[in-house]
Amino acid sequence: MASQDTEARITEKLNEIFRFVFDDESIEVSRKTSAADIEAWDSLTHITLISEVEDTFGMKFFMKEVVGMKNVGEMIDIIAQRAKPGRI
Amino acid sequence: MAKLTKLADQAPEGLPTYRLAVIGDCATQHISKAIKGTGVSRGVSIEILDTDYDQILAQTGDPGSELYAFAPDGVLIMMCTEKLYDRFTHTPAEARESFAETEFGWISDRWAELSDGRKVSIIQSLFTEYDDRIFGSFASRLPSSFIYQLRRLNMLISDGAAKAKKVYPADFSFFTQKYGTDAVKSSKMYAVAKLPFAPGAIPEAAAVVTDIILALMGRSLKCIVLDLDNTLWGGVVGDCGTEGIQIGDYGIGKAFTAFQTWLLELKKRGMLLAVCSKNDEDKAKDPFINHPDMVLKLEDFAIFVANWEPKPENIKLIRETLNIGMDSLVFIDDNPFERNSVRAMIPEITVPEMPEDPADYVDFLRSEGLFEAVSFSAEDSGRTDMYRSEAGRVMAAKACGSYSEYLAGLEMKAEAKPFSSFWFPRIAQLSQRSNQFNLRTVRYTEGEIADIAADPDCVTLYFTLSDRFGDSGLISAVIMKKLDADTLFVDTWIMSCRVLKRTMEEFIVNRMISAAAAAGYKKVIGEYLKTPKNGMVADIYGRLGFTRVSDTRFEADTGSFKFNESFISES
Repeated sequence: MASQDTEARITEKLNEIFRFVFDDESIEVSRKTSAADIEAWDSLTHITLISEVEDTFGMKFFMKEVVGMKNVGEMIDIIAQRAKPGRI
Repeated sequence: MAKLTKLADQAPEGLPTYRLAVIGDCATQHISKAIKGTGVSRGVSIEILDTDYDQILAQTGDPGSELYAFAPDGVLIMMCTEKLYDRFTHTPAEARESFAETEFGWISDRWAELSDGRKVSIIQSLFTEYDDRIFGSFASRLPSSFIYQLRRLNMLISDGAAKAKKVYPADFSFFTQKYGTDAVKSSKMYAVAKLPFAPGAIPEAAAVVTDIILALMGRSLKCIVLDLDNTLWGGVVGDCGTEGIQIGDYGIGKAFTAFQTWLLELKKRGMLLAVCSKNDEDKAKDPFINHPDMVLKLEDFAIFVANWEPKPENIKLIRETLNIGMDSLVFIDDNPFERNSVRAMIPEITVPEMPEDPADYVDFLRSEGLFEAVSFSAEDSGRTDMYRSEAGRVMAAKACGSYSEYLAGLEMKAEAKPFSSFWFPRIAQLSQRSNQFNLRTVRYTEGEIADIAADPDCVTLYFTLSDRFGDSGLISAVIMKKLDADTLFVDTWIMSCRVLKRTMEEFIVNRMISAAAAAGYKKVIGEYLKTPKNGMVADIYGRLGFTRVSDTRFEADTGSFKFNESFISES
């Protein structure tokens, strides 16, 4: 598990990315946020989201993660492990 | 990519529109959005019909398909290397040497279906190179290998497109080579979402397609306006003199030699070059006359402006003299202050943000995708000479007492004949490029021009013009279509603006009427369809002897037409 501080910083950056990709300034992501909570989150925008997150944190999700992540919490844990130094 | 998607959703109203249908054997939603977004950023609205996944044949083969119902101006056929490889691996060994032919046969059948009686341009993706490394380098001499067949297929598409006339290959190789396969392809994203490119490369791929669309819409750059000091050579000629500038082997001169060489190639393919420099004119011209290492010579420039006026003013002068649209100019200057002042005063002009190191000039400008073409004719290479002779005429006019004296002294001769195959490429090009002197702005490709020339219900005329200063080549084309037994409708009248105000318009209208009469028609109907750019011809029919019959239409009776005075004789 990521430290609280790391997690807070990742969440803050993710929040920015989510607002940008889904074009919705009211989005507040939490560990529990999933595709069911955001109307614009479909298979098409999912690809854009993954690509923006990968670019921001300088890392790659594995294919099983792209298709299998259930919520933002899982995404945060993967980012915490794999982000390029200095990107969080 | 997300930025382009947003732009796509915010297209302002009133932009020129292009209707593009996208069919593909891979996921095309992302690239479609990005094409739309790129279009908005470049000032056009590209309306897109993005068909469902893997529906190429279903769309092209069924006359009742949503593609045909959409009535597109263009169709993008987006095919991915992954699917090609699938088909290759399922091809038996004995058929692999003819794999490319088989694939091309299938693709060209789709082109034929799309073009069948329709006026549609086809943008066909070329296959991104991918080597399965089964044979290593040996594959390149082995006709049964995948990479050998892929390259051959790309060549077959290129050759086939040249013959088909209305097919334009989308060549992604420039940016895929620049960034590399690791950056532009993603096996993961293909596996998950059937994306033909990595998400980060989709804007580049979309730009390739959008550039072609813009060129098809007649929105291509025509003239490169160049600064001199530290742009075309190193150093300031006013300070160091011709012998002190860096060009050729002196200092960092090789960087400028490479840049001038590239510009000369662009000039040879028809781009106009112009100088806009803050210098004394004689000092600015001296290197072009006296420095042995200069690649560009004075005669390579359509116009040379060197003085101490602000550059935006000089650029306006260049635009007026050459008589082309401001949005067809690109301004290249090493100085950020000049670039910003030009951008601020002339928003329509393209101003690339040049790199600081002159060694990077060419690589940078190549990457900007500024110079897309959808046609090329032998006449393009001589375009600079025509514009230069125009400058000679401007001088002669200044020396003459009256304008009609000047016109009479030009000894102008024109040819007026029905379209012939030699001129098809040039006529198509004029049709695609003319924005200002264009009565109805109907665009035709070379293949369509050939069809019109052969149509017994069409009366066509092309016009050339020459005078004692030089030959302007083919400068106008007229297409008149039969409405009924007595009436011809002027479907197209386009003319190059460089021959304006020389009584060419009068000459053309006279010949329209006489050609119609000779073909047995009693009436000619002309129409003016307004665009943001063609205001100059709004009243031309009225001015030249037609009678207005509605908001847009004008009529002339071939029997009683009063012919216009013209200083041009038919050769």
